[in-house]
Amino acid sequence: MAYEIIESCVNCWACEPLCPSQAIFDARPHFRIDAKKCTECEGDFADPQCVSICPIEGAILSPFGEAANPPGSLTGIRPERMAEVMAEIQAR
Amino acid sequence: MELTVIGQTAGEAAEGGCSSSGCGGSSDQLSHLPEHIRAKVHNHPCYSEEAHHHFARMHVAVAPACNIQCHYCNRKYDCSNESRPGVVSEVLTPDQAVKKVMAVAANIPQMTVLGIAGPGDPLANPERTFETFRQLTEKAPDIKLCVSTNGLTLPDQVEELCKHNIDHVTITINCVDPDVGAKIYPWIFWNNRRIKGRKGAEILIKQQQKGLKMLTERGILVKVNSVMIPGVNDAHLEEVSKVVKANGAFLHNVMPLIAEAEHGTFYGVMGQRGPTHGELQALQDQCAGDMNMMRHCRQCRADAVGMLGEDRGDEFTMDKVENMEIDYESAMQRRAEYHASIEANREAQKQQSGQAFVALSSLQLKKKETRPVLMAVATSGGGVINQHFGHAKEFLVYEASMTDVRFIGYRKVDLYCSGGDSCGDAETTLQKIIRALEGCEAVLCSKIGYEPWEQLETAGIQPNGEHAMEPIEEAVAAVYAEMAGNGQLDEARETAQLQIGA
Repeated sequence: MAYEIIESCVNCWACEPLCPSQAIFDARPHFRIDAKKCTECEGDFADPQCVSICPIEGAILSPFGEAANPPGSLTGIRPERMAEVMAEIQAR
Repeated sequence: MELTVIGQTAGEAAEGGCSSSGCGGSSDQLSHLPEHIRAKVHNHPCYSEEAHHHFARMHVAVAPACNIQCHYCNRKYDCSNESRPGVVSEVLTPDQAVKKVMAVAANIPQMTVLGIAGPGDPLANPERTFETFRQLTEKAPDIKLCVSTNGLTLPDQVEELCKHNIDHVTITINCVDPDVGAKIYPWIFWNNRRIKGRKGAEILIKQQQKGLKMLTERGILVKVNSVMIPGVNDAHLEEVSKVVKANGAFLHNVMPLIAEAEHGTFYGVMGQRGPTHGELQALQDQCAGDMNMMRHCRQCRADAVGMLGEDRGDEFTMDKVENMEIDYESAMQRRAEYHASIEANREAQKQQSGQAFVALSSLQLKKKETRPVLMAVATSGGGVINQHFGHAKEFLVYEASMTDVRFIGYRKVDLYCSGGDSCGDAETTLQKIIRALEGCEAVLCSKIGYEPWEQLETAGIQPNGEHAMEPIEEAVAAVYAEMAGNGQLDEARETAQLQIGA
């Protein structure tokens, strides 16, 4: 089982040096996790390191395919509020 | 009756008896500091208000990673049309950054300073940051190096910083109280965990103050940046100013929050407003009782290039830089000569502005109390009034009073409307400019067209093109003297007479 980085990743490099298994690598359009190497930090850290520093909600999927940092969990902006404001901006 | 006229001569100004930056001509903002500090900031545009008229800086965006989240920052930093901290167009490798610095330094002779300021936290990217510094120390020895940080990992990196000949560090400190911090920082990354809320803020605050003390003990100059967030930390920043001063910071830069919904930041999306010009100035003045305040910060991008008011980043994108042929040795020679001529010019201006203050003091012999006046100035650099009204993208604001002329801040007139919800769609550019200049009673520029002249006058802002190419402070003092002479500033006449009677 492994974490996965998806397209909303902004390539900020924060996770790469933290990975105890060197499973994360610089790729384009976005960074990737080598599923064969990822250990979910088992035995090394209490929390998965990439998930713990990633600033972008939804950019890392858990082994179950869910957002490891779900919408609102990092910025504190409730998803409904975000949707409302984005709609307002679109309507301008 | 004897009034101290600060700035009368260069020598007197340097010994001015006032210990706060709120007092003293703006060119003497740092005049009470020890000589070794003044020498260090003398040609640093971000640390010396006077130097920013003459010298240029650049930031290289080599540091994308961050270890905290701030509510005024959106980590999707890849925007091209905005100018604010944390935003860049391309992240560079250290090698690319060094190439870019050499190219810019060869082409912009005013350049004195290279800073690393993001778009994340430079010290959360230690390898990239220090590799850039290491190469530049060797290849561009005449460029000053500086770095900005949120301070979280600062204590662990002070030793390394000292190795790289960095004598300026900026720490962004928005609070010294974790309860305030919890409203600004949703999380930090610390000891391999994400720590949310008050607990995270508490660790960050401790690290910041510890790092600040360690740097000062090693003789590194520290400036503190604080973002003023109305209703969150505005009432708290005076305390912050006192604490950071006690811990060794030599300069405090209180900046207005930039928050627009389209930036996608927490504050932007939640509708948190930024401070008005008046609120910012009032807070800066309050802090100035204890601390040197910086008021000329332009809150530039993490890849800004050029003089503070301008961004020439577009001229130095990596694809352009790759094709530039740089003879750095001869560029360095040219730059040294250019800097020498700037210095000669600054010295001459100091002499001249001394005369202006004498003129101002002779005005006071009339023993008339006159109120202070704000004036806007259009300048493209060099410390003189040399810009056409219509070409100004920003105006510098000065306050003239009976005792001195001091720099207050700047007003941007192109990118953002400053008023938030009061910003109407049908507003013309000129109306927007007039609103941005709110509180100013005169605008000094090299030239101005008939139409804006009329509208400015109607709005109570007197346009003035009579001081083109004159040093700013001298011109402001002259206009003030003229206004006083015309009896425009007599509001407080009665009190003045009372004082004279006593």
